[in-house]
Amino acid sequence: MTHTATFLGIPPFPIAAKEALADSQLRGNMHLATHTIRTKRARVAAELDDWEQLRVAGAAIKDDVMANMGRYLEQLEESLTAAGATVHWARDAAEANQTVIDIARRHAVDEVVKVKSMATGEIGLNTALEQAGISVWETDLAELIVQLGDDLPSHILVPAIHRNRSEVREIFLREMGKVGMPAEPNLSDEPAELAGAARLHLREKFLRAKVAVSGANFMVAETGTLVVVESEGNGRMCLTLPEVLISVVGIEKIVPTWAGLEVFLQLLPRSATGERMNPYTSTWTGVTPGDGPQEVHVILLDNARTTVLADEVGRQALRCIRCSACLNVCPVYERVGGHAYGSIYPGPIGAILTPMLKGVGTSTSTDALPFASSLCGACYEVCPVRINIPEVLVHLREQVVDSHRGGVPGTLLTTMKGASWLLGGGWRLGLLQKAAGLSTRVLWKQGVIGRMPRPLSRWTDARDIPAPPKESFRAWWARTDGGRKKVVGSPHGTPRNGTDQK
Amino acid sequence: MNAREEILRRVKAAQVTPTGHPIRRDYARTRDLPDPVGLFVERVEDYEATVIRTDPGGVAVAVAKSLAGARRVVVPAGFNTSWLPEDIDVVRDEPPLSAADLDQVEAVVTGAVVGVAVTGTIVLDHTEGQGRRALTLVPDLHVCVITAEQIVGDVPEAVQRLTPCVKRGRPLTWISGPSATVDIELIRVHGVHGPRTLRVVLVDSPTS
Repeated sequence: MTHTATFLGIPPFPIAAKEALADSQLRGNMHLATHTIRTKRARVAAELDDWEQLRVAGAAIKDDVMANMGRYLEQLEESLTAAGATVHWARDAAEANQTVIDIARRHAVDEVVKVKSMATGEIGLNTALEQAGISVWETDLAELIVQLGDDLPSHILVPAIHRNRSEVREIFLREMGKVGMPAEPNLSDEPAELAGAARLHLREKFLRAKVAVSGANFMVAETGTLVVVESEGNGRMCLTLPEVLISVVGIEKIVPTWAGLEVFLQLLPRSATGERMNPYTSTWTGVTPGDGPQEVHVILLDNARTTVLADEVGRQALRCIRCSACLNVCPVYERVGGHAYGSIYPGPIGAILTPMLKGVGTSTSTDALPFASSLCGACYEVCPVRINIPEVLVHLREQVVDSHRGGVPGTLLTTMKGASWLLGGGWRLGLLQKAAGLSTRVLWKQGVIGRMPRPLSRWTDARDIPAPPKESFRAWWARTDGGRKKVVGSPHGTPRNGTDQK
Repeated sequence: MNAREEILRRVKAAQVTPTGHPIRRDYARTRDLPDPVGLFVERVEDYEATVIRTDPGGVAVAVAKSLAGARRVVVPAGFNTSWLPEDIDVVRDEPPLSAADLDQVEAVVTGAVVGVAVTGTIVLDHTEGQGRRALTLVPDLHVCVITAEQIVGDVPEAVQRLTPCVKRGRPLTWISGPSATVDIELIRVHGVHGPRTLRVVLVDSPTS
């Protein structure tokens, strides 16, 4: 099937966000979804009295991986090879995609089944395979909904979160028959029935598949063991039934020892779906004679991870275990949904990971992402590996500003220069405050200032500013001698606390 | 420079200095549970899987009950035959059944290697009595017999007990309830691709 949906061409965040905010159905779906998962997560995290110690250990294990990445990669390669797997290295997306295509061609297949994987989404594997004439069947229910609807994922864990049941039913009825077993014409929109339709549709594909493609949640350097954490069993199908298994895994997915999984297999399911444990976790170590794929490939993917690694502040993003807890608590994500981020990685983690992977200063879309946050810090609080996302956001904002320095000074710089002149002298500020008190009353509605003319509209389009009071603190002080002079019949009264001093 | 050398060179060039702190493992490596077996039952049932608890003498009856009328049942080599009811049509995986053949059997009965109380998880290492991975995946009903001695407290104890299996290269399947999805409107639905029904038979030790 042709898969044409792409994040390319999605407008920068502020514009995409505005469109998303106008979609009340989307906002309703997102509100319900994010609040449901965040409540479940909070409940199961609170069940473990050592949750904080687990978070600290999780972060420390990942930091150790980063500090010794080269050694662990070589160790992993050695243990994988000893276990009968073939190890490939891919500097970038094109190299990884070509490796998958070459393996598929060697087996003369025209289709592969696929386990949901962020890494393969990041490198655009589906498009590359289809261009090479190889059909790709996404087997995760949500990924199937996204693929059949020629749509884009909007959440790391539940990528079709923006679709409701009747939309899913329509997509299944319309599209399933074009690519395989059609859905029953009397299919209802009950989630259980829709899942049943996916089971039937995909079963024939699972049973005949020769080659499967997966990612992995973890790779154990010590033993060469790969781990896939899932719910539906589509992962098990792909990892077990085909003859050939190709796993594309980011180099940061390493866990040094098997014992280290005792931390992550507690942190991940509780943070992701809010369950004590996800229905299925599969681990495999190369080839097991007589059980599962007898040809196992692992593609170790860089694709700018080493650039992130070189960024002292930003590298903590490589701890990420893709649980999406940060999405579910983010006030921005909750309101705009995933598509506005224009990346396979949405939400707070996407706002730091995408610019670092794609490069700051390379596009306006990417550069807008570090600003798509109120810096409230909820993401940091829930992150199971303690990624200080607000810290990285601020760090990247700096980089974005720096990357646009030189040439004509921008609005920001001009404004700051002006502000420095104004604030530099008391009389200038006083004059401004007086002017502001008068002029903004024109723009004032219900105590806030709405849209202001350009270039100030760049600020006010996304924010409301409290209107300044009628009298400034400075003016009040001068008039009343700091409140000591009793002024009879004052037209203004005493200024309210705190609002005047700006 | 090939991809391997290039990536390793980039990693080296990133110059990550170790934090110098040792990894603190002051989280619970074991959990002190008053009744791990009872908790295991409770937690498995939380996933809407059923559990029948029995003494060793009652296993065959409990398995029969769990099969709920399924006749064609795959039983892996090495499974304790005294645990099987008599009135079933046992399908053997020797020579290995094709995926399509497996799709035609109604149920599978296996043992397990570890049970995790806190998370209600069953782990298979696919050795004797558990069969290769496909056996517990394709049929729609999985009846799993686990003994009380196999149950540990929480994930760290399970990971530790499974270390020798992993070091021998065994694949593992951790099963927590039947196959499920929340992909449509976050409503939990059982049974997408794995067995839609999971029934656990828990065998208490003769002394307890």
